[in-house]
Amino acid sequence: MRGIISAGGYVPFRRLQRAEIAKTFGSGGGKGTRSVASYDEDTTTMGVEAARLALRSAPEGIAPDALWFSTASPAYLDKNNASTVHAALRLDTDVAAFDFGGALRSGVGALRTALEGASNTVLLVTSDQRGGLPTSGDESATGDGAGALLVGDDSKGPVIAEYLGGASTTEEFIERWRTPGSTRSRAWEERFGEVKYGPLVDQAWNAALKSAELAPEKVSKVIVTGMHARAARSIGAKLGTAKEALADDRSTTVGNTGSAHAALLLADTLESAAPGRVIALVVLADGADVMLFRTTDAITAYAPARTVASQIEGASDLPYGKFLGWRGEAKLEPPRRPEPDRISASVSGRTEEWKYAFVGSRDRSSGELHMPPARVSRVGDTVDDMAPAPMSDAQGTIALLTIDRIAYSPSPPVAFAVVDWDGGGRLPVELTDVDAATLKMGDRVEMTFRKLFTSDEIHNYFWKARPVRG
Amino acid sequence: MGSHGIKDRVAIVGMGCTPFGEHWNKGTDDLLIDASEATFASAGIKKEDVDAYWLGTAMSGMSGMALARPLQLHDKPVTHVENFCATASEALRNAAYSVASGAYDVAMAIGVEKVKDSGYQGLVGAAKTPTDGTGRTLTAAAMFAMCSPGYGKKYGLDDDQMREVLARIAQKNHYNGARNPRAQFRKEISMETIVNAPLMAGGLGVYDCSGVADGSAGAIIVRAEDALEYTDKPIYIKALSLVAGNCSGNADPEYDYTTFPEIAATGRDAYAQAGITNPREQLAMAEVHDCFTTAELLIYEDLQFAERGTAWKEVLDGTFELEGALPVNPDGGLKSFGHPVGASGLRMVFEAWLQLRGEAPPERTIAHADRGLALTHNLGGYPGEMVSFVSIVGNELG
Repeated sequence: MRGIISAGGYVPFRRLQRAEIAKTFGSGGGKGTRSVASYDEDTTTMGVEAARLALRSAPEGIAPDALWFSTASPAYLDKNNASTVHAALRLDTDVAAFDFGGALRSGVGALRTALEGASNTVLLVTSDQRGGLPTSGDESATGDGAGALLVGDDSKGPVIAEYLGGASTTEEFIERWRTPGSTRSRAWEERFGEVKYGPLVDQAWNAALKSAELAPEKVSKVIVTGMHARAARSIGAKLGTAKEALADDRSTTVGNTGSAHAALLLADTLESAAPGRVIALVVLADGADVMLFRTTDAITAYAPARTVASQIEGASDLPYGKFLGWRGEAKLEPPRRPEPDRISASVSGRTEEWKYAFVGSRDRSSGELHMPPARVSRVGDTVDDMAPAPMSDAQGTIALLTIDRIAYSPSPPVAFAVVDWDGGGRLPVELTDVDAATLKMGDRVEMTFRKLFTSDEIHNYFWKARPVRG
Repeated sequence: MGSHGIKDRVAIVGMGCTPFGEHWNKGTDDLLIDASEATFASAGIKKEDVDAYWLGTAMSGMSGMALARPLQLHDKPVTHVENFCATASEALRNAAYSVASGAYDVAMAIGVEKVKDSGYQGLVGAAKTPTDGTGRTLTAAAMFAMCSPGYGKKYGLDDDQMREVLARIAQKNHYNGARNPRAQFRKEISMETIVNAPLMAGGLGVYDCSGVADGSAGAIIVRAEDALEYTDKPIYIKALSLVAGNCSGNADPEYDYTTFPEIAATGRDAYAQAGITNPREQLAMAEVHDCFTTAELLIYEDLQFAERGTAWKEVLDGTFELEGALPVNPDGGLKSFGHPVGASGLRMVFEAWLQLRGEAPPERTIAHADRGLALTHNLGGYPGEMVSFVSIVGNELG
């Protein structure tokens, strides 16, 4: 049996109230909210967060043989973004990491390939950051987020959703497009796409059901997603499934996260699914892809590390002006401090475990934690007698904190905390996803992988702390 | 093994100090020339008479040639030293040791910094070592801001009380600086203005932070037995102590930001070298590194001017004011002078030079000059990871 072993959906902490858009510009916006990646997040960091959740939700001891990363908004071209995710997850060197990049369809394509075209355990990570010009439909309807799925055989670990079969259809038509370097997508008038997608979904839907020998009414949950919201809506109503089978596409809270949305919604659905249920995933992206799953008994014991629903609950609104600043749609006055220099590739290479995976060292004699890792112990002065101390999943308590109004930051002010780790050790770290006014000593924090700044087109990734939520 | 010091083996026989401030019309070379000319004149010597030079600058030049070129020193040894904000003190320390060792008869220590050419407010640093980008980006203000809640929590002071104590320190230093023609800021500042100033980091406002200034200061050092050949009022070096921290404070859960262990260590070492057992009663004055008001508060306790947990009361009682039991920063401190990194340590010694020779103007004369001993303290770095320097100088041998 092949299928999904675990899943993780990541929704950033911030929300934009769509009504704020029309209040500012007199047009645009809508109802509900959309998710907003923090100024220090990109598709790579969000992918890391989703992947960490998927791995933490998997049974102990299951390690992926390969990492596939897919996004339509890559942090780098040429350079493999999957390698950064691989480093943050501290996967072994012999675990392959590949980018499946570019088109919105690449995420679902990678998923179907992992299910049908691979025999090893694949950690599939999809991530996207979507937007558009102020007042555009894309600006309000889209969202930012990531979805990760651990795909493999039940010989490696209990599969919570068995893959039953799938089908794809493809046709060339110009419905939505964007050239490299552009931050806005363009789309043809709506009716054209709706007409084109209808028959493509029909054909894939029927073929998939046939391959799985299922009647549509046997499908208890159907996830329909695509950037063409109108087509997705009308098609969802015509699949022959029960009306209540249609999954919430999270469009009123999260927005459409593009190439990440299929995996994000699948993770979301699996988090509340009962065993023995058929789940259909229908994705519209320059063609149609349908995949069918049946939840197994293993899902009753499945304990997601952090649900999508809880992340939707625990969100915080972002003022629209700040949103525009973070997206580069409004140029805000930078702090009057020198911009940071680009980081050194060779230094970062030497310190990969620390920088990307947040691994310190622990003195074998005294047990003292050293962050960053050290060769000479601060206590007892032993030399080269340290064991790696992975701290990315550690939690701690804020011993002291300070708001720095003059330090350089892409979004000042900087909140900094001295964190005492559970189990001993201390480190002063930058905080993120916080409202400075509500912070206090004694608050609990955990670590998150972020982008500190970009200089000379090199992204500087490292870890920050955020409050433990959910 | 042991730290023995060089008590009474060398003396300062001349000092010079430029005004500190925004020297838009003077470069590093100009400041060095101005300070060295004043220093040579003070000692009654010429540059040829100096056998060896120690130049302190953290960000305004590299190598000894940064001094040899502007002063046109011919075939002289010039050593460039850097030790964060204790750079000038480090120049003094090494120059003093060179004379004490017998290697040279006359040495000069000079410190300089030209920081106002960066185009940014505050200190921006100079070292551009390639990194992996994981280093802390917090400003010094934010790091020292953590001492306020740390101290308040430990000794039961609420935010308003801490605010008042810190403001009193700022007020005192500005009061003294208003009486010093070399200071950058020569104005008394009211408590109300200090308390209501815009916040920079944490609870620290503008007046809790030292300013940024250009400046230079120098000293001529000779063997103690030769001192009276140069001046009838030499200042003898009683102690020089330096500690470079191992940066463990911010990794130690026991560290509570109410003390600077490096400073306490330099204090103990310096008092032992000088034979001081009760600094509060034996010292006539102290110049300490008031980069932030929180730093000065903790320094009082680390240097044993006040018992642990009581410095805040002493501040409110006026203990460290000009007329108090132990005047601290009678020249106005970094608060009034700004902080040209490579010069501040020698600026502090310059105030000790003036006060112990009875040359400070009457409006800022200290209450107990007759004690004859002065301490200077200079730090570089942050709570938990700093370089600390303490010197003790005196106007009599023995």
